[in-house]
Amino acid sequence: MTALPPFQTVLDEHSAAVMAILHGAVGRDGVEDCFQETFLAALRAYPKLEDARNLRGWLLTIAHRKAIDYHRARGRNPVPVAEVAEVAAENGIPERDEELWTAVGALPPKQRAAVALRYGSDLPHGEIAAALGCSPEAARRSLHEGLKRLRKELA
Amino acid sequence: MSTNTDTALEGLRARAAEEGLLDVAYTTADSPFGPLLLAQTKRGLVRVGLPNQNSDELLVDLAERVSPRVLEAPRELDEVRRELDLYFDGKLDSFDLPLDWRLSGGFRRRVLRAINRIPYGQTRSYTEMARKAGNERAVRAAGTACGSNPIPLVVPCHRVLRTGGALGGYGGGLPMKEALLQLEGVLDESPAS
Repeated sequence: MTALPPFQTVLDEHSAAVMAILHGAVGRDGVEDCFQETFLAALRAYPKLEDARNLRGWLLTIAHRKAIDYHRARGRNPVPVAEVAEVAAENGIPERDEELWTAVGALPPKQRAAVALRYGSDLPHGEIAAALGCSPEAARRSLHEGLKRLRKELA
Repeated sequence: MSTNTDTALEGLRARAAEEGLLDVAYTTADSPFGPLLLAQTKRGLVRVGLPNQNSDELLVDLAERVSPRVLEAPRELDEVRRELDLYFDGKLDSFDLPLDWRLSGGFRRRVLRAINRIPYGQTRSYTEMARKAGNERAVRAAGTACGSNPIPLVVPCHRVLRTGGALGGYGGGLPMKEALLQLEGVLDESPAS
């Protein structure tokens, strides 16, 4: 068994990736809470973790579940797109990134997570599949569908 | 994005503390000798890393020997930092901090507990410490116990000298030991050794 590194190391190495996928998955309003829920759940379970080799996949799986919980608790409401767009328009300069993430946030959950994991966290298909709990083929399909929709939205 | 992450991390630390998940909370603190690593458990201060020691290695060691739930949480160590600052300013002669002795056992722990009772500004010999720990002839082992002190400064192993007054050794390097003894008024500017 590989010894578990100090949890702070895990946090340092993976907080940006978790933040990125949650930003894509739940949008600006939910990201902070989901981030904390993700790492609290991870911290609770950490001492009993038996395999320290794929900490990133493990964390992303938890993050994905927390994002689903978040949407479920809000009655499957989509991310509050209008709010974000208003803020972005206020200073007259539409933030490209924000616009893109808003569109990502409006995707159906699986596509949204697949796109966020691929482009927000730079994960290969295999890891996306692990994080989503589906086959690599299904992950590839979700990603493909998500991208197709985004291209249409942002064209 | 980074401010976002910072506030999220701040909240995470607070919630982890509330939930009792900070098995090992640590921070780094400035000192006249360089940065110190301070780590505590729910029982008390468990590790002080001196400037010449590798913090990353100490944290890995804590993860293995205490709990992998090791998190940076500066606020949890406010009181430790405050007392150390006062000590370095010469304004504190006795620490009032709960200590967690779990990193040393048996004879070593007895030696360290004896060291912990040496008053500010006084010194003892390794032989005396061996005797206090119950085995006067284990002088070398008493020296090893000093050298392996996981909570230096607070458990004042710098107050232990060789019989006759030679400095002996110090985990943080002899210049630091000399400086601490000067701070406490034990040594003049030019020490014997």
